Amino acid sequence: MNAPQLTPHAVGLQVRGLRKRFGAHEVLRGVELEINPGEVFVLMGPSGSGKSVLLRHLIGLEKPDDGEIRINGEPLDSDGIMSRYRMAMVFQSGALLNSLTVGENIGLYLSEHRLKPPAEIARIVAEKLEVVGLKGIERKMPNELSGGMKKRAAIARALVIDPQLILYDEPTSELDPLSAVVIGEEILKLKERVHVTSLVVSHDRDLAFGVADRMAVINEGRIVAIGTPEEIKARPDPIIQRFLQADFKPNHRNHP
Amino acid sequence: MFQNIGEMVLLFWRTLLALPQTWRQRQKVFDQFFEIGNASLLMVCVLSFFIGGVLALQTGPVLVERGLAGAVGGLVGISMAKELAPVMMAILIAGRIGSAMAAEIGSMRVYQEIDALRTMNINPIHYLVLPRVVAIALALPMLVVFAILVGWLGGALVSIANERIVVSFGAFFGNLREVVDAADVANGVFKSFCFALIVGVVSCHQGLVTIGGPRGIGRSVTKAVVNSIVLIVIFDYVLTSILLR
Repeated sequence: MNAPQLTPHAVGLQVRGLRKRFGAHEVLRGVELEINPGEVFVLMGPSGSGKSVLLRHLIGLEKPDDGEIRINGEPLDSDGIMSRYRMAMVFQSGALLNSLTVGENIGLYLSEHRLKPPAEIARIVAEKLEVVGLKGIERKMPNELSGGMKKRAAIARALVIDPQLILYDEPTSELDPLSAVVIGEEILKLKERVHVTSLVVSHDRDLAFGVADRMAVINEGRIVAIGTPEEIKARPDPIIQRFLQADFKPNHRNHP
Repeated sequence: MFQNIGEMVLLFWRTLLALPQTWRQRQKVFDQFFEIGNASLLMVCVLSFFIGGVLALQTGPVLVERGLAGAVGGLVGISMAKELAPVMMAILIAGRIGSAMAAEIGSMRVYQEIDALRTMNINPIHYLVLPRVVAIALALPMLVVFAILVGWLGGALVSIANERIVVSFGAFFGNLREVVDAADVANGVFKSFCFALIVGVVSCHQGLVTIGGPRGIGRSVTKAVVNSIVLIVIFDYVLTSILLR
């Protein structure tokens, strides 16, 4: 996969020795990770391996017990970092505000921070909806959208921020295969159009190998492999191979 | 429990610090204010009319038997103004509005909408808590003024119609004017303002700390209503003790 042309605003991310414990359960056990500016980095792993918790740390929704996260070398917990860097997250459920229309959801960042006049916000919202293939649905309510449309609307909301880093939490979960392909294509299109750094957390192997420039596998709170998709496939590690090769093989002999 | 109290005090303090943002959030304050008024006005009328009525019904015959028929108006008037309207309306609003606040914010928390706000650098206290607390703090005192007036009317109509009391409309309100003054009404309105802050902060706090799925939301709603009512009754005693000095 060709590396995208970098713009000055693409950011890199460094994670060092990240640890997080919820009660007696240690969810992250010294995570080490480096994401280069402008790449699509996929974090794979089985359910409960700590993927989503790591993602929540990267956008500042959780505080680590130990370790540090740096954006372009600056600690994530330094003052005003969220204002200096524009980061957006596409949540697993889309997390559109159900009390607002799709248009209001997408323009929320601009309207709440009073960054643009209403007419300009409406124009930007229409433009971002067109980017994700949802032209003309501004007035719909989130509960009128399908799962795939909600996720694409959530991507449009993320794009309004003009992000330097987009984090996707399980972007294809609960979607049919066709919608999952559309979401994967959106992630690739954004990489080409916006040249944003993307971190995709997923256990969808097709999506992961389809969009990743580099990827990592996380298991029980530790990164067990990191590299290009080809390097990951070639790793003999039984944990990785079991995860990559797991398939449903119905045994008809047990069901007469 | 102490952690909950500490968190609520902190939320109240942060809401106070956010007060300069009220003008920016005025549309949301208005929406919430309209919602509270629209959802509660009819209930407030019905409840306060019958509270005033039953107060007259309970006390009227006893006063008449002792030759104090003329005191019914004052008794109903001062009870409604200083105690019954503020407390009963606050309990009504805790059940009707506080539960809705806890459910709405709780569901936003469970379905990651609050996390989405944070990732957009939008402070949930400014966006969700402040408009609700300001709206309820404005609406409840107004509803209480309304409840006092309707309660007096209910008491007056029962006093006129009930054959064991039979006090004229003029006598009822004449005595009421002698006993109740503006300070008594202000006393009740002030109490209701304090109760509104309790309902707003407790309900928003319960919403914000919701965990789990629909069952968690249900638990938060129950806690919001029960905790609000308990605190209303405790603070009613404290405020009454202070205001009687």
